[in-house]
Amino acid sequence: MHSSLLLSIVLAPLFGSILAGVFGKQIGREWSHRVTIAGVAIAFLLSLWVLKLVVVDGAYFNASIYRWLQAGPLTLEIGFLIDTLSAIMMVVVTFVSLMVHIYTIAYMQDDDGYCRFFSYLSLFTFSMLMLVMANNFLQLFFGWEAVGLVSYLLIGFWFKKPTAIYANMKAFLVNRVGDFGFLLGIAAVLMYFGSLDYQTVFNQAPMLADQQINIWGSSQWSLMTVVCILLFIGAMGKSAQVPLHVWLPDSMEGPTPISALIHAATMVTAGIFMVARMSPLFEWSSTALSFVLVVGAVTALFMGLLGLVQNDIKRVIAYSTLSQLGYMTVALGVSAYAAGIFHLFTHAFFKALLFLAAGSVIVALHHEQDIRKMGGLKQYLPITYWTSLIGTLALIGFPGLSGFFSKDAIIEAVHASTIPGAGFALWAVMIGVFVTALYSFRLFFLVFHGKPRFDAHGHPPHESPQSITVPLILLAIPSVLAGYLIGEIVYGDFFNGVITVMPHNDVLATAGYHGLLGFVLHGLTALPVWLALAGVLTSWWLYIKRPELPAQIQQRFSGIHKVLENKYGFDSFNDRVFAGGSRGLGRLLSNAGDRVMIDGVVVNGTARLINLIARLGRHIQTGYLYHYAFAMILGVWLLLTWFVKG
Amino acid sequence: MTLTDLPMLSLLIWLPIFGGLILLMMPGEHRGIRTVGLLTALLTFVLSLLLIAGFDSQTYEMQFVERLSWVRAFNIEYYLGIDGFSMPLIVLTTFSTLLVVIAAWEVIKDRLHYYLAAFLIMEGMMIGVFSALDAILFYVFFEAMLIPLFLVIGIWGGPNRVYATIKFFLYTFLGSVFLLLALLYLQFQTGSFAIPDFHAVPLTLNQQIWLFLAFLIAFAVKIPMWPVHTWLPDAHVEAPTGGSIILAAITLKIGGYGLLRFALPITPDASMTLDWLVIMLSLIAVVYIGFVALAQTDMKKLIAYSSIAHMGFVTLGLFIVFRIFANTNNGYGEVLAIEGAMVQMISHGFIAAAMFLSVGVLYDRMHSRDIYAYGGVANRMPVFTAFAVFFAMANAGLPGTSGFVGEFMVILAAFQANFWYAFLAATTLIIGAAYTLWMIKRVFFGEIANEQVAALQDVNRREFLMLATLAAIVLLIGVWPDPLLSVMHASVENLLTQLAQSKL
Repeated sequence: MHSSLLLSIVLAPLFGSILAGVFGKQIGREWSHRVTIAGVAIAFLLSLWVLKLVVVDGAYFNASIYRWLQAGPLTLEIGFLIDTLSAIMMVVVTFVSLMVHIYTIAYMQDDDGYCRFFSYLSLFTFSMLMLVMANNFLQLFFGWEAVGLVSYLLIGFWFKKPTAIYANMKAFLVNRVGDFGFLLGIAAVLMYFGSLDYQTVFNQAPMLADQQINIWGSSQWSLMTVVCILLFIGAMGKSAQVPLHVWLPDSMEGPTPISALIHAATMVTAGIFMVARMSPLFEWSSTALSFVLVVGAVTALFMGLLGLVQNDIKRVIAYSTLSQLGYMTVALGVSAYAAGIFHLFTHAFFKALLFLAAGSVIVALHHEQDIRKMGGLKQYLPITYWTSLIGTLALIGFPGLSGFFSKDAIIEAVHASTIPGAGFALWAVMIGVFVTALYSFRLFFLVFHGKPRFDAHGHPPHESPQSITVPLILLAIPSVLAGYLIGEIVYGDFFNGVITVMPHNDVLATAGYHGLLGFVLHGLTALPVWLALAGVLTSWWLYIKRPELPAQIQQRFSGIHKVLENKYGFDSFNDRVFAGGSRGLGRLLSNAGDRVMIDGVVVNGTARLINLIARLGRHIQTGYLYHYAFAMILGVWLLLTWFVKG
Repeated sequence: MTLTDLPMLSLLIWLPIFGGLILLMMPGEHRGIRTVGLLTALLTFVLSLLLIAGFDSQTYEMQFVERLSWVRAFNIEYYLGIDGFSMPLIVLTTFSTLLVVIAAWEVIKDRLHYYLAAFLIMEGMMIGVFSALDAILFYVFFEAMLIPLFLVIGIWGGPNRVYATIKFFLYTFLGSVFLLLALLYLQFQTGSFAIPDFHAVPLTLNQQIWLFLAFLIAFAVKIPMWPVHTWLPDAHVEAPTGGSIILAAITLKIGGYGLLRFALPITPDASMTLDWLVIMLSLIAVVYIGFVALAQTDMKKLIAYSSIAHMGFVTLGLFIVFRIFANTNNGYGEVLAIEGAMVQMISHGFIAAAMFLSVGVLYDRMHSRDIYAYGGVANRMPVFTAFAVFFAMANAGLPGTSGFVGEFMVILAAFQANFWYAFLAATTLIIGAAYTLWMIKRVFFGEIANEQVAALQDVNRREFLMLATLAAIVLLIGVWPDPLLSVMHASVENLLTQLAQSKL
């Protein structure tokens, strides 16, 4: 593998982005989408080629491209590490990005910011590729923050909407809270490992496994635990884990294509990817792994529950994304990194599909997003309907579809795990399966079945144009089929030498794998499938058979409903304590500190003091000769005393 | 004849002063005023580029040295020379002045020739500050450069300009007195005013502490450090755009440069003994001032406070080296600290200049700095908004921009000194983003707020050229800081050797 191949992959989207962004006006709309799509298509095809080289030919690339800085004996470089993990991420990112690019042609056709939107999409693709292809922490951090920037730009794409510009700032700041931890983690890596290069750091991990460091008072902390938890705080921001999840639902203010690309399929999975990449570090700290596990389990269950009470079509899917990210995090926590990445892989397809299908519905209904005002759309939007069904079934883990394999692998892994927190996590992910099926089919039934409740604006809704339906179909295919790779990716030697798992943590081996058929048969007899089925039936009962029931239940359990409606109070807490608190503190420091204390007392106080002395001095200058004579005598006497004594 | 044979530094100092004097003598309505101003600034800038070309980054020895006797009775010399610390700052000076001249082009209508002359004369003096190796020569330039700046604020400034100028003057004058005392005392010790002699002279800890405190007061006012910072927001608010650019880009850097050139190498033991003081003040600057910035509603005040917070990284980087020496011996922590501080200075020079220039672009059109007077500017000025968001992100330290490089290096280094230093410094990631993005949101996004905003015109070619150049530099340093850093390596190594050796 030559570095120019890899450079072409990252630079092609960047080039398209610059052309569409800077010269959009000159080249026009048509050429803006042509150059960006061409750039991403090149990146996709070359990524496929790279995947082939890595998987079939066993190729491996780890080298620097240029020196970023030199400080004494330390060199920080920009470079690429290409192994199966980065190759599979590259294919996922560029494929979903390509689909979203094509989809955008129709979705954004009436928007004034058409060229700008394509530019951002390609810029995102570039940043995400830099992130997954990095061979060092510096470049990882660059990609990490760069995708955050593009996410900021895209959430606030419709910058006239107050909710959009509130949401994008919130997203950036919450992510910055995560990055705060992440940066400290990187600083800790540099201090103790003496390098930011992945391979150098990973090679040293075994030697530093028992190192204790001192942070507060005399207490000793395990270095690995500190480093891993700091890094994971970064992942909590980017991958929206509780309590840093608050930005993701609000990010739905952005146009739907980016919800699919950034806030479902790729960027939000960066944290999952990062932890998998850092498995040689995380494996040395069972404390950090337990922390990861519990955070993931809480997110998987409690964010799923919120999906039950949302009425905005995109927000339901957003909470579903949060919950699924929780599943991936749970997988990381029990050291089933391969299962986590595999779920990331399948989720990217079916979740992007669900979002894009939601976009198709939204367009058909003239930008209506409230599912209470939908219903009965099956007959009007056949392609959207069938692809949505595939996506929904994949999401709930219907046997044979991709989500079934990846989710079952995670549940089996949690089942086999014995680390602290695994018991709780198993409960959480089990109940989560029921909840997922319930909210997913609630959404599906409310949108496509039952009586039409929408305002047709005079003419019935019609299926979206090809540039929207073709990506739906192309995403539906892997949503069905991707799961069949489980034997190779999760239980095979796909990630050998890439992901490190300690023998005593190897839950995937404990769970065992007896071929595809065995996995399916086992799955059919295990609890999760029946929980999912129960969820589907419940939602059928509630939303098709007895549609008056949900309102009654809501009344009966209004307390719980209130809690869910308020999203457990995270938003109001953050608004009051963090946002309001810092603004208040700022005003206090500005007024009391700068204006009153420093300027008022010290600066102007000095001026007043000088004034006072001057005025006192004026009193002394009375003009009476005897006053001066007295002062002279006093002065001479003082001087004399001083001399004599000295 | 090679470059080094020419008195390059003298040319750089006196060419703009000469150009300024010509401008002063020209009649106010003369059509050639802009041409003379631009040509002088441009020529000086090109000369400074030749300085880069002729600079040898392999040595820490002073280069382009010129040494003549000046006042023989007191052994005062006309002694110039530069190293890896001063060279980048000189180029920053010539670039910023060129920017100021172009920024004034159509904007300053009142006595343009005086305005340009003030900046050109100031440019020569600032280059003098960065290249003087004689303490008295340094002091003369250090003081004299303030006169044009006072005049710029006092004549072309806002309504409250007299208060701001006097406050600025009193503050800096307070600092200068201590500096002069320290320099005179050092002359008594060495018999010379040559700064390299000061570096070599042995001093007791007691002597060093007094000298250090004098230096600290003098330069802390300039940087400015908490709690002697309150002159800066007032000065910025009243200054015209050009004044703000020079103030932010260069004047503050003179403080940081002073600590590098005087405090650290002359009083290394006192610096080590009192490093806790500077570190504490720096962290207060980052955290406290960050929160204060959050409460500002005047764009220039907000950026001024942001400058103070960013300069906190400079002083933090300079003074954590002793703790790093004590904690680690990996050989790069201390280099990251000092070079990070230097990069932060250079980067802040460009970013703050760009931010103040952007405020100027808005102020020229709407005559208001009040954040609440704006809203929805992006609807009318899309190109300008793109630049503003870019510089805001650079100000918030986004990787890929120069704003990231210095902060990143200093945070990495601070971790090696003490976990909590890094912890507090890294809060800038959140606070810095909060105040910058809040301003961007309030000014640029949303619906068009009022008729004045509705009437806005996007940037013209002159403004575009300035903003695009600044953006390119900010991006270049962010993507590839290595060339800038390699200029300093030798000088940094030398400084670190000086710091590691006790003078006792």
